[in-house]
Amino acid sequence: MEQEKTDQLEQSAIKEAEQAEDSRALYEVKMRFLGRMGSVIQLMKKMRDLPPEERPEFGKKVNALRERLERAFERIELALKMRELAERLKTENVDVTMPGRKRASGALHPVTVVKNQLVDIFAGMGFEIYEGPEIESEYYNFTALNTPADHPARDMQDTFYLNDSFLLRTQTSAGQIRVMENKKPPIKVLSPGRVFRSDDDATHSPMFHQMEGLVVDKGVTLCDLRGMLDEFARTMFSETSKTRLRPSYFPFTEPSVEVDVSCAACGGDGCALCKGTGWIEVLGAGMVHANVLKNCGVDPEEYSGFAFGMGVERIAMLKYGINNIKLLTENDVRFLEQFRG
Amino acid sequence: MKVPFSWLKDYVDINVTAEQLQEKLFSCGFEVEELIRPGKDVTGVYTGKILSVEKHPDADRLSVCKVDCGALGQRQICTAATNVFAGATVPCALDGATVLHGEEIQKIKSGKLRGVASEGMFCSGEELGINDDYYEGAEVNGILILDEGTPIGEDIRPIVGLDDYIFDIAVTANRPDCQSVLGIAREVAAILKQPLKMPALDFTCEHADVKISVTVEEPALCPRYLGRYVKDVKTGTSPRPMRRRLALCGVRSVSNVVDITNYVLLEIGQPMHAFDRAFLKEDRITVRRATAGEKIVTLDGKEFTLEPENLLICDGERGVALAGIMGGQNSEIRPDTSEVFLEAAKFARDNVRRTSRALGQRSDSSARFEKGVDALSPELGMKRALHLMQKLGCGTPTDCFTDANAAELTPKTVRTTYAQIDALLGITVPEEETNGILTRLGFGVQSSDGSLTVTVPLWREDIDGWADLAEEVIRSYGYEHIKPTFLENATVTHGGLTEEQKLEAKFKRTLCGQGFSEACNYSFYSPKDLDLLRLPADAPERNALKILNPIGEDLSVMRTVLAPSMLQNIVRNVRRGNAEGRLFELANTYHAQLPLKELPAETKRCALGIWGSADFFDLKGATEAIAEAFGLTLSYTKGEKPFLHPGVTALVTLDGQEVGWLGELYPSVAEELALEKKVYLGELNYDLLSKKFAREIAYRPLPKFPDVQRDIAIVADEKVTCAQAEECIYRACKFVTKAELFDIYRGIQLGKDKKSMAFRLTFSQGASAEKPLSPETVDGYFKKILGNLKFNLGAELR
Repeated sequence: MEQEKTDQLEQSAIKEAEQAEDSRALYEVKMRFLGRMGSVIQLMKKMRDLPPEERPEFGKKVNALRERLERAFERIELALKMRELAERLKTENVDVTMPGRKRASGALHPVTVVKNQLVDIFAGMGFEIYEGPEIESEYYNFTALNTPADHPARDMQDTFYLNDSFLLRTQTSAGQIRVMENKKPPIKVLSPGRVFRSDDDATHSPMFHQMEGLVVDKGVTLCDLRGMLDEFARTMFSETSKTRLRPSYFPFTEPSVEVDVSCAACGGDGCALCKGTGWIEVLGAGMVHANVLKNCGVDPEEYSGFAFGMGVERIAMLKYGINNIKLLTENDVRFLEQFRG
Repeated sequence: MKVPFSWLKDYVDINVTAEQLQEKLFSCGFEVEELIRPGKDVTGVYTGKILSVEKHPDADRLSVCKVDCGALGQRQICTAATNVFAGATVPCALDGATVLHGEEIQKIKSGKLRGVASEGMFCSGEELGINDDYYEGAEVNGILILDEGTPIGEDIRPIVGLDDYIFDIAVTANRPDCQSVLGIAREVAAILKQPLKMPALDFTCEHADVKISVTVEEPALCPRYLGRYVKDVKTGTSPRPMRRRLALCGVRSVSNVVDITNYVLLEIGQPMHAFDRAFLKEDRITVRRATAGEKIVTLDGKEFTLEPENLLICDGERGVALAGIMGGQNSEIRPDTSEVFLEAAKFARDNVRRTSRALGQRSDSSARFEKGVDALSPELGMKRALHLMQKLGCGTPTDCFTDANAAELTPKTVRTTYAQIDALLGITVPEEETNGILTRLGFGVQSSDGSLTVTVPLWREDIDGWADLAEEVIRSYGYEHIKPTFLENATVTHGGLTEEQKLEAKFKRTLCGQGFSEACNYSFYSPKDLDLLRLPADAPERNALKILNPIGEDLSVMRTVLAPSMLQNIVRNVRRGNAEGRLFELANTYHAQLPLKELPAETKRCALGIWGSADFFDLKGATEAIAEAFGLTLSYTKGEKPFLHPGVTALVTLDGQEVGWLGELYPSVAEELALEKKVYLGELNYDLLSKKFAREIAYRPLPKFPDVQRDIAIVADEKVTCAQAEECIYRACKFVTKAELFDIYRGIQLGKDKKSMAFRLTFSQGASAEKPLSPETVDGYFKKILGNLKFNLGAELR
């Protein structure tokens, strides 16, 4: 009779628990059977009505029942949670192809991007960075750079003048003089900045950026210039880049050279970019003219040096395949935002 | 500089092809920009003799011709030309040939014309790409009829002068001596190690009972003036070889006398001028400055009013030539000219350039003088011209001759050592190489015991010192000998960005992080751009530097403020359909006391621009981000700018100093520019900001106990600002480390001119606090804050 009751209780508890639809219902079932006022406690209370010799046996039975029920509830609860989780996972399905939320970052101007790369390369070789004034005196821009008033080289660049003595600098070389006046050799300086020339077409802009390098020390040679520019070309363009020097003319260097870098697009075989020559004209350079050293109070008998200069826009155009310099000053966000990074 | 290959061959024995010579010139510093083959598009055209001309059976305007093409056999060619006849020798484009058709290349094929076979086409001069200067008759309307006796079955190109190459050479500014065929020939001779054969300069003089006096009043502007009287002049056309050479260089033939002056300019590099002596008043030449307002009509019929800046060649009465630029119409060579006064001078390049620019009058002569003519050149040019006049029978040189102002021509000498040259180059050039190179280039070389004494030829005015000689040596020896080394002897230096440069890079990165892309604009703009900002006439921004010689009005004023450029950028973006965007520009503006006496101040400023779906607070977010990144405390107060919305304009201050402004573009300015969506602009003085940038990171230990957050919503008068409330909160309790406005509400239940502001307050103790903030303590602070808000701003708890 007692046994029957216990079995019945156990069966109905498990049945009800299994029918519970969610954790809350299951909890209620559990409380009804195992709670403080639950059926198992009620059953236990009946022990008092039994003769003392039967009580231990009865107590054991009820305890065993409780343990079985607890295990059963645990098992059922676990199964229920699994079911519930599976249910939740089903409803929480997202379309992963929907757009993410982000704060779109802006981009540095491609000229800045390239300028930073150049600065990195030369800073690593021991160059300091100096930025001189954009409005210059005629002396720093020309005269001190061995380009006196009647010099043919003044025609090479069409200069914007503010009056007889002040102008918009046509070359960052003007910075060379300011550096040498204030610093004694050894000098390794890179001068990036805006320069201005009265020129306006598809390949020329009245304002562009130059990067000028200057090295002055004892025993500096043309071979050293080549070594440095080889290193520059390899870092900036490609590990296999080569340089070629050919004679040129700048009033502030002697000898002066034009430096071509092997075309990175075709590897030197000749293509549309390099107009079939395999070479791209990248920079002008040379050994600093004795007159320039003298003008800055550096003794040309004791020191020698080299200088090199390049157009930052030109390098950016080469690197990214930009075909019109005007794109660089139109500031179209669709253009600019491509240079994120 | 255009140099025909055939012309060079007159002065150097050339044993390489044109392409090989191009390579060699390139590596010596003479870039051949283009190697032009004038006859390259004319192929498969041969000479043929017309045997018969018969009417086409079915076409009135066509003729059927039988042509003997020599070794190539007979052909039948139909033609519409009417100037052909039996016995004429003509160019025949046979099957597969190419000829010119305007700018196009036309391919010729055999076919049938109205049922009659035609195995080619007769060519006109135009179809061969030639004019009368290449071959007389090339410009007739019809087929080019070749000279009688022209061999048949031959390639047409050598016959009409198309079998040449033209080197179009970029000559650097230091080498005016190479602006001539002779100059290039001299380099070629040195490159090929061949002797230079000078052009013939000999002539004989006859006596003339004529005296033409020459006075140079401005020796500085005319360092040399040679003149000679030539009599018995017979004008006419020049011989074919001369006309062809002029044509290859792009110069039209005029008459023999004028052609000779042009020929000498191309060949020797000396501009020449021929006056008709009959029109020179008083047989007198004076080289002087023009008087103000003096007039001259040049050969091309243009009249110029002159200034004393302009140098004038005058006869006894009037100007007869604009020195170095162009002769006057009053003394030009005519068909009946019988006496010539020939001029070969050196004019100062700077003066020629200035006059040429000022008057807007250019010529081959002025272009040449601007590059620089050496002191020897007038003499060479004169001799060559006289030789040619005599040889071509167009005049007789006389002993009436002047060499005015002939400076003494002493060559420069440069002393150096082989070691000095080697040290600059970084390699060892064998001494005999150095000697050979310099000698071949015309230098006199004396060496002893490692030292060198070099005499510089007169035409090399660019050579000043030993470094110039080093360049001469290496450009001939070859730059491939320069091997890369890496400053083996130099001192190690420490490089990198300065602290300021690093901060600037960080500033840009910070703005990129806020979604702004970097713009780059010219440093100059139009004065109208300042009008766009409605700046009053006395605004400091109007005190801008002006470029004396701008490209145009649009690019004539140096920027004093960046906003106009930013505004133009936004307009361009919107017009291109870029519905939204954010831009910044960091650039210098220029500020000077006018008139300009010293270098102007260059102030770095930062312009900000936002358009599309954004508002004022997106823009302010950018300046707040900067403040956060650089440890600045920026304050914002209501401000006014003529181009900004009066209700949405803030002045930005830092430590009491105004450092910039932010705001919405004034609605009617936006309308004027067809900007439909709102535009927000800002500009900061970067130099003022960067002075206060935090250079170091100041670390504070973390508090032991968590922060407590409480929200507070107050109702205050509309005029109470967020900043006032914040300040009041911070003053009331030092433990409030953050008071952030998160909601603002207006509604009738609050009353008229009232608003509710809700702040989230963060209470936070220092690291040294011993126990957490209890709710009761925070309640106390809260009460005090509320009390202060009520007392100072009349605000109530909502």
